[in-house]
Amino acid sequence: MSWRDFRIWGLAPAWVIMALTLVLPIAIVVLVSLSTRGAYGGFDWGLSFDSYAKILFEEDWDGNLAFTPQYLAIIGRTLWLAGLTTLICAVLALPAAYVIAQAPARWKAVLVYLVTLPFWVSMIVRVYAWIIILGNDGVIEKTLRGLGLVTDMDSLLFTNGAMLTGLVYSYIPLMILPVFASIEKLDPALIEASHDLYGSRWVTARRVILPLTLPGLMAGAVLVFVPCLGAVLEPILLGGGKTMMMGNLIQTQFGGGRNWPFGAAIAVTLMVLVMVFLMLNALRARREVGHA
Amino acid sequence: MERKKAIEVQNVAKSFGTFQALKGVSFDIYDNEFFTMLGPSGCGKTTLLRMIAGFESPTSGTIRLHGRDILDQPPHKRRVNTVFQSYALFPHMTLEANIAFALENLGWEKARIRDRVAQMLDLVHMTQFARRRPAQLSGGQRQRIALARALASEPEVLLLDEPLSALDLKLRQAMRDELRALQRATGITFIFVTHDQEEALDMSDRICVLGAGEVQQIGAPNEIYEDPENRFVADFIGETNFLPAEVVSVEGDRATVTTPLGPVTTWHKGAVAGAPAMLSLRPEKIGMEDQAQGHALHGTITGRNYMGGYTHYTVTVNGIELRVSKRNAVSHGASLAVGAPVRLAFRPDSARVLAR
Repeated sequence: MSWRDFRIWGLAPAWVIMALTLVLPIAIVVLVSLSTRGAYGGFDWGLSFDSYAKILFEEDWDGNLAFTPQYLAIIGRTLWLAGLTTLICAVLALPAAYVIAQAPARWKAVLVYLVTLPFWVSMIVRVYAWIIILGNDGVIEKTLRGLGLVTDMDSLLFTNGAMLTGLVYSYIPLMILPVFASIEKLDPALIEASHDLYGSRWVTARRVILPLTLPGLMAGAVLVFVPCLGAVLEPILLGGGKTMMMGNLIQTQFGGGRNWPFGAAIAVTLMVLVMVFLMLNALRARREVGHA
Repeated sequence: MERKKAIEVQNVAKSFGTFQALKGVSFDIYDNEFFTMLGPSGCGKTTLLRMIAGFESPTSGTIRLHGRDILDQPPHKRRVNTVFQSYALFPHMTLEANIAFALENLGWEKARIRDRVAQMLDLVHMTQFARRRPAQLSGGQRQRIALARALASEPEVLLLDEPLSALDLKLRQAMRDELRALQRATGITFIFVTHDQEEALDMSDRICVLGAGEVQQIGAPNEIYEDPENRFVADFIGETNFLPAEVVSVEGDRATVTTPLGPVTTWHKGAVAGAPAMLSLRPEKIGMEDQAQGHALHGTITGRNYMGGYTHYTVTVNGIELRVSKRNAVSHGASLAVGAPVRLAFRPDSARVLAR
């Protein structure tokens, strides 16, 4: 078999798996989103954009369509929370990654291991732990009461803040690791050169370390932002279903709401959002390479 | 006239754990001097340079820059710039931006920075590359930009950490002349670190030979080469033959020794009458056949290495192997074959007696 043939046939198993597990399900979801709601749940095959229209418009009893912001608000909140989570992760990850990169070799491996440690425990358990921490009579409330700082406080749970906390906690390792990798690649002589050329710590961080770790930050941003858009556990457990994100909106449509086409339409919308984000990021990366 | 001291290194010692990298060294470097710290790897020369830059601090001792103790100043407060071995140009900045970096940090006005950057690019003949990035340059061009960047703010002292070691031979030769010319043009004190003795001899006003964490000798290139202070210096700088010697008598700067080549009277360092010593005799100081003058010897050729301009011979004389280099003054001149008898001679004054 020639190299040329091998390149085609060697990829065949991967193509088959991709077709079965990626292309086929996505095609089904797209088809479902274009179908109509079945009388007893499920869906009837068809070709209609009603489900997409439902994201923006509400049908009243007379069959008139009126604009409704309720789902737009959920999409907006999802984008806002995912963006904020990414930003907070980046701000927290930079110093953490820097410290790990500067650590002596034998500590480095331990610290990297500790960063990945949460992944060894089920996600549900970890998010549940935050209920115990944030909840009524939870750790934080009890501590504050015990110190006499508060007598009566609103619940921390089931708020945007609770979801944000859960999201940052869940995804920060995915930011720390790529940022760590790019800081470690950084030539220490460049940092010395910056100090040597009268650059203070702040100047060095802003003008040398930050721009050179940007590729790691962008990779981390993709790894955090994209799963945040589709987060389900955090809004269900920490948002309590009161404040929805796209993830649990979709889940509700396929579950309790029994409106598969609408759930699929939101899922496709989410997918398009993710793809737009990734494409913008890829374009930026290519521009960067062109400059270098 | 007393020359102004740019750098004073006083009793500087540095230990890494139990290893003593520097055992209390002291020397002064003067303004407008091309000063080289030369030594084998691990001799402490780079550590000293990094201490002057501020990247490392001594275990004890002080370093002064124009009379001020600088050890409590962080690197970015010291008016000292470094040309790094790897150049350490900022890969995400244009060459202009690389050169402007220090000036911006010093708070210069925009117009002044622009003028100085243009002036520096012109100085290193890189004006047409101003908007390029370091990755688009050759090794020699990067070297020039690293120099321009480090010199732009007119530092009190410029530190150069083996800056030529990454270049190929021809370029290295050309850069030596450029570096020397740059030092003369700017009048800035250069402190150059290298393990390449040829570089040091070629460029320096003075050389400080470091070995085993101590200053072995400081002097002009010809002093270091012709009048080595001790065996380490004679061995490290250039090539030499060491002959076992017994000191017969010492009279001031001169000593008489007996050697396998017969008695020799010449300049000495540290010889004591009656004590064993070494006679250092450089290969090019021994004349062969028609080039033979002085203390005459007869030997047999046992080895031969043709180098183009020179031929290096190994000659056995009285059971001692001597390395002799002969200038090939005539093209296709009569070559001496291995096994042939040969007439040698050296001027006793060109040899040196050193303590063993």
